[in-house]
Amino acid sequence: MNQPADLELRSLRFRAERESQWRRLEALLRKAENGRARWLTDEELLEIPLLYRAAMSSLSVARATSLDASLVAYLESLATRTYFFVYGARTNVAERLVAFFRHDWPGAVKSLWRETLVAAAILVAAAVAGYALVLADPDWFSSIMPGEVSQGRDPTASTAFLKDILYNDHGREGLSAFATYLFTHNAQVSILAFALGFAFCIPTALLVADNGLSLGALCALYASRGLGFQIGGWLSIHGTTELLATAIAGGAGFRIGWAVIFPGSRSRLAAAAQAGRTTGAAMAGVVIMLVMAGILEGVGRQVIKLDWARYGIGAAMLCLWLAYFYLPRRARV
Amino acid sequence: MPDALPIAPALSDTQTALARRFVTPEGVDLRLTLASAGERGAAFLLDILILAAVLVVFTILAAWLAASGGEAVWEPIGIIWLLAFFVLRSGWFILFELTRRAATPGKRALGLRVVARDGGRLTGEAVFVRNAMREIEVFLPLVFLGAAKVAGESVGAMVTLLGLTWTGIFLLFPLFNRDRLRIGDFVAGTWVVKAPRRPLAVDLAEDQGRRRETIAFTSDQIAAYGVKELQVLEEVLRHRDKRTLHAVAERIRGKIGWRSRPGEADLDFLMAYYAALRRRLEHRLLFGHRRRDKFDRA
Repeated sequence: MNQPADLELRSLRFRAERESQWRRLEALLRKAENGRARWLTDEELLEIPLLYRAAMSSLSVARATSLDASLVAYLESLATRTYFFVYGARTNVAERLVAFFRHDWPGAVKSLWRETLVAAAILVAAAVAGYALVLADPDWFSSIMPGEVSQGRDPTASTAFLKDILYNDHGREGLSAFATYLFTHNAQVSILAFALGFAFCIPTALLVADNGLSLGALCALYASRGLGFQIGGWLSIHGTTELLATAIAGGAGFRIGWAVIFPGSRSRLAAAAQAGRTTGAAMAGVVIMLVMAGILEGVGRQVIKLDWARYGIGAAMLCLWLAYFYLPRRARV
Repeated sequence: MPDALPIAPALSDTQTALARRFVTPEGVDLRLTLASAGERGAAFLLDILILAAVLVVFTILAAWLAASGGEAVWEPIGIIWLLAFFVLRSGWFILFELTRRAATPGKRALGLRVVARDGGRLTGEAVFVRNAMREIEVFLPLVFLGAAKVAGESVGAMVTLLGLTWTGIFLLFPLFNRDRLRIGDFVAGTWVVKAPRRPLAVDLAEDQGRRRETIAFTSDQIAAYGVKELQVLEEVLRHRDKRTLHAVAERIRGKIGWRSRPGEADLDFLMAYYAALRRRLEHRLLFGHRRRDKFDRA
């Protein structure tokens, strides 16, 4: 470049004139991509869009006039990287979180009300079926709840043992560890229920129904020993939150499956993508609900032994969730 | 250049099949290339390996702390381990794809990134959904695979075989569509494209200018080739493989009827020819004619 005679090739001159801009952009980009966007000064941040436009124009010129394939490839990669930086998410994490709790989460759950209702109906129907089956013939219990799940709570157990489980924690010294385990397990299952929706809704329905069956069977077992009221309190303190979360996860799965089977006037791809956008926020919310359910179950239930208090907390949580999700609110500005 | 030469063409068929238009608001088509199924698989395996290594190290660390700390620390360590396991398993992909690079370490290593199909910004919901779907793409097949090992009776074996086939469809979904979408991409409205960091290489024509060699060609000799051959020659010159250089130089000499001077190096000859050919083709480009390849005689 120090000898102008060498620049008889126009593409060489073009490169010599613009190269410093590209290098500058590359340096800023590397800084930003390595998570140091905060360290960019205001001047540097303002510089990026200008350099980006220059790089875009360089790319167009290079494609039209330069036959140096590596140069065009370099500019393509630089322009692509800058595009995603410039047009990527501009909001920070705090803003995103506020938007999520204010609009995205309740909005998504609200728009899923029909599917949630269907999932809840399946849950209730399965619970009733499980209850009726076990009451009619206690043998059903072992097929609905295998030994490892029931932990000794089966028709052969003594009433005293069953009652003991409701009010004492056996060797569960670590309440919070137990709560954590419950949360991670439930969250994993609810994500699975959601993902299964893609397989045309049916596996999701089965998983939700399975939940309901064991619930009904357990209730029937306790009811047959005259402990119906007590098991209700034991279940509802966390159950209202957890079952609502299950219904929402199932509903989100149904929405995905339904969009894939019946995309309507949109293409199947577009319909699925739109369903995915709506359900994503709802599912992130389900995980949060399950954290709370885990705390209520692992800690709250072990500390609070009064049946009425357990019922009260369960009912209050349910009202809270329903109000948060479904009460009309001001439109998003 | 003859087809038999042992060098990769500038653009292979699979690459053009995966190229997609992507027009920015400035009206420039970025011509994104989708990641192939092989690259996706490799990135995923890499992630899984890193994830497993992190988990193993973490578990050993937790066990060591629990053993040395006594019973008092068991509970907090248990909680941290459980949470970390959950966050790593479910959050590894989500958290990395929410960063500016929109890629997990495996994808970064292969120069890939996740992009919204409509060209808009990649939302947190989309990232969450595309990774929640891994439950049926990866986890379910593993469950059935585990069941297949356990199942002894014929009924169980049949069921697990059916289950394996069923979940295999989810796993192999990217092979069944043009855009290499996995189910997560399908539902989240995303796809995975190549966005490698490329260094700016030296311009070979400038290199030739510095050499100031005086190998002169007649205009007929330069007119033998088009853009495609020029770019193949560029690749050969950048790789600098001795045998390839010699083979290519011999081909060109034969084609243009070049009489070598004694002691003329293949590299110098090719550099000079590259510069001359590029000058001619770019010159014609300015007048609106792009000669695609040597058969293009318009």
